[in-house]
Parts: sequence; structure tokens; C-alpha cells
Amino acid sequence: MTERSSWAQWARSSAASGYALIATPALYALLLLAAPLATVIYLSFMTDGPGVREVIHTFTTENYVLTWTDEIYRSIMSRSLFVSFMVTLTTVVLAFPVAYFVSFYVTPSKKSLWLFLITIPFWTSYLVRVFLWKVILGYNGVINSGLLSLGIIDQPITWINVNIGAIVVTLAHAYAPFAILPIFVSLEKIDRSLLEAGRDLGESAFMTFLRVTLPLAMPGVVGAVLIVFIPTVGDYVTPDIIGGGKLPLIANVIQKQMLAIDNMPLGSAVAVSAMLIVGTAAGLFVLANARYLRVKK
Amino acid sequence: MKSNGNGLRLYAILYLAFLYAPIILLPLFAFNDGTIIAFPLKGFSTKWFEAMAEDGVLKGAVINSLIVGSCTAILSTTLALLAARASTRFEFKGKGGIMGLIMMPLILPEIVMAMAILVVILQVFGDVLGLPTIILGHTLICTPFAIAILSAAFQSLDKSLEEAAYDLGENKWSTFRLIILPLVLPGIISALLISFTISMDEFILANFLGGTEPTLPVYIYSQLRFPKAIPVIMAVATCLVAVSISLLIIAEYFRRRGVAKTGGKDSGGFL
Repeated sequence: MTERSSWAQWARSSAASGYALIATPALYALLLLAAPLATVIYLSFMTDGPGVREVIHTFTTENYVLTWTDEIYRSIMSRSLFVSFMVTLTTVVLAFPVAYFVSFYVTPSKKSLWLFLITIPFWTSYLVRVFLWKVILGYNGVINSGLLSLGIIDQPITWINVNIGAIVVTLAHAYAPFAILPIFVSLEKIDRSLLEAGRDLGESAFMTFLRVTLPLAMPGVVGAVLIVFIPTVGDYVTPDIIGGGKLPLIANVIQKQMLAIDNMPLGSAVAVSAMLIVGTAAGLFVLANARYLRVKK
Repeated sequence: MKSNGNGLRLYAILYLAFLYAPIILLPLFAFNDGTIIAFPLKGFSTKWFEAMAEDGVLKGAVINSLIVGSCTAILSTTLALLAARASTRFEFKGKGGIMGLIMMPLILPEIVMAMAILVVILQVFGDVLGLPTIILGHTLICTPFAIAILSAAFQSLDKSLEEAAYDLGENKWSTFRLIILPLVLPGIISALLISFTISMDEFILANFLGGTEPTLPVYIYSQLRFPKAIPVIMAVATCLVAVSISLLIIAEYFRRRGVAKTGGKDSGGFL
């Protein structure tokens, strides 16, 4: 047997072993993710039946016409996008210095402890965390009663109560580790000698950060933006608990149509439209940053 | 430069305070002798924990969550083991695409996955919603997290150990059992615990796919609108947070031990 043919044989068997292993998880994802998503797209073109969970299988584009022209859906959709945009901006801007600190100023042996501390709150009772933000920010909440008893204010602050701001704070809290971790990973990859080179060539610390560190950290920032922006559009728990149903977002509409109102085709059309809009926005954002992503580390 | 670092440290500590603020308030209200969740606190009391222990519906929800969490942990870790091994050890065409599909639940909104699985189940099987359908959904979203942990464990594995075993006459399966499995075992335990923790805390899929069977988060959500029920929920959540943090500390311990065992460098973090 020549060395060449044994190599070819090995390569073939490697691919075969790979497929044999990946088959089950891939099939699972196909059956429970790809097929269901395809069904949602199919349903979005169908007609709602009169019975419970009944769908009449006749083609129509009416669901989309309603989704895109109805004033209520349009205003909820734009409010949703605004909230997701604000959450993403807040989360990433607040998270960047933390990731920077852990990557550049924490001794290597303590880094995983910091990351662990940052991720713990993320894993603990999401619903109750959201509810507690309502307790903290509410009219008679922790902040107001604390400031009142300290005599700093004599009237409860109202701009932090039930509003978009409270929803943004709560979601920024919920998605914090999702923003910190990708930024941290890309900061860790930066060759530290590049920063020294920047300083040696006469740049100030701030300009080095702006012209060397930040562009090299952009892949992490883009990752953070995507992983915060896309899922926040699907959150209906936070607007429900914080806003008490007064500030519905697009996910609340989908949830209501799918469960309470029982109009699955319309719910599907709203969901597909929301994903299209969010997907397009995310795609444009990636394109705008393409020059940073193409740079090799 | 030095003072710059101190400023950042202060900011990072304030940020941690922001992250932990709700969790620190939780036990304060759970042990508070008052029905309203607000300051000033009324005094120490364990009555909400006593009321919690007597709640039958709550007990049923906890048992449901434990069943779902355990099954999800085992299923998703098994799937992740296969995927992580395939992607770290073997080269094959379409690997990026297949792995992309499997990891996609990480960035898809949960409500989209929940409604998608719901419509497929209703269209194909009719109204069979219950704990098994929640397990199916939870397995889908927990698998990517388990893959992230297990890939790190497999990546730090030295390939020459495996080749040595082949040279010494072991076959594929006995090599896996004798060499690879013991080395990635800490990663497996860590993946099991993380999947269990995610499943125990997941609400949206459980709400869509559970039918009339409430898990603990579904029960908590149904109670949040009744002001009277809130102190008991605070007690429940305090226990839940205590359990989650303990599980996470154990998971982190095993993850680190796994990295140390295979001689890798600790890059930190679960994700």
C-alpha cells in the first residue's frame, strides 16, 4: 500500500465517521427546526378556519397584507424595532468596557472567575428577574422609596416606571453576558504587540485604542449586536410583566394570535415578517462592518 | 495607564452590582414579614417558605420541571456529544452548514421556535401537548450550549493519545470508552448540568408546548399577576436561584477540571 492511497482511504473514512456521528443531531435539527420553520412559512399563506386550531389550506396573501398595512401592527412593529435597537445599543455600549477590563486588566488566572461571575445571573430565574426590575423601577419601587426616605427627592420619579425605558433596562440586564462574551473573545485574540507598536509610533493611548484595538474588536462587537438584536425581538415576557400589557411588542402580538386568538396563519405571517425585517437589518449591519470582519487576526 | 485600569475596575464592579441587583433583593423579600413587595421591610419571617411547602400545584410543577430538565439534559448532551465529536475530530463536506443549522437556536428568538414546533406538532400529531413535547423543544435549544462546552473539551484533547491506543490494538469503540470518555467526562457533566439549568428556567417553549402541564416557570408566570401570591413566588425563586447557583458552581468546577485534565489552557466561560 503506498502512502498516498492509505491517506486517501483515511480521508474517506474520516468523512464517513463524521457523517455517521453528525447524522442524529443534524436530523433532530432538521425535524424540530428546519421543518417547523418551513411549516410556519407555509401556514402564513393559508387561511384561518373557524374551529379551534383549524387551518383551511387555501392559498392567500391576506395575512401579509394585513400585517403590513394595518396601523396597529405597523406601530407595534416599529416600537418593537426601536426597543430592540435601544436594547442592543445599551447592552453593547455598557458591556464593552467590562469585556475590555477583563481582557486587558485582569490577571489571566482570575479571568475565568470574572466571566463566571458575569454569567451567573443570566442562568437564574428569568421571569423573577424581570419581575424584580419592575419592583426596582416601579412607582413605589426600590429606587423611589429609597430616594424618598433619603430625602433626595420629594416626589416619586415617574420616568423610570412602566415605559419603554424600563423594558430596555430589563432586557439590557438579561442579555448582558451575550454581549460581553463575544467582545471578550475578540479582545483576547488581539496581539498585544500591535498596541505597543501603536504607542511606539507616537499614538496616544486613546488613539491606539481607537485605531488599533477597536477595529480588531469589531468581529466581537458585530457578534454581540446580532446575538442581542435578533432574540430581543422575540421576547414577550418582559413587555408583559414590565409593561403590564400596556406596551405590547411584536412578540406579544404573535403569542396572542398563536394561542389566545387562535389565528395561526396571521400569527405566522406576523412572525415571518418580523424575522424578515430583523434579518434584513442584521444583514445590513454585517455588510456595513464587512471590512472589519474580513481582516485576518 | 494605572489609574485608567482602576477606573475600569470601578465600572466593572458597578456593572456586576447592576447584574446582581435583582438576585440580591430576592431573599430580602422572601424572608420579609409583609405581603407587599416594597421597602421598608417589615421583619424576618419564614412563613412564605412554609406556605410554599404546602402548595400542591407548585409541587406538581416542580416535579414536572425536574422530569423535563432531566430528560432534556440527557437528550441534549447525547446529541451534543455526537455533534461535538464529529465537528472537532473529523473533516467532511458541508460541516459548516450542518453545524450552523444545529447551533441556530442560539440566535433565533425563542418565540419563533416555540410557535414553529407548536404548529408542526398540531398539524402532524394533533393535540398531544404535554411534558414530552416540552422535552423535544428544550432539547433543541439546550443542544447548542452543550455543544459549546463539549467542543472545548474535545478540542483540548491530544489526538496522539487516541492514535497510541489504536497502535496498542484497541478498536474505535474501546478507544472511545477507555481514552476519550474519561478525558471528556468533566465536560459531559458540565453539559448535563447546564442543559438541566436552562430547561428548569425556560418559560416560552414550555408555555407554548406544555398544553395543560405547567412546569415551574409556567406556574410562576401564572402567579405573577396575583399580588397575594407574590411573596410565595419570591420564596420559590430564592430556592430556585440557590439551586441554580449551586449547580452552576459544580458545572464550572467540572468544566475547569476537564480543561486541566486534557492539558488545555483555560479560556474561561460557558459560551
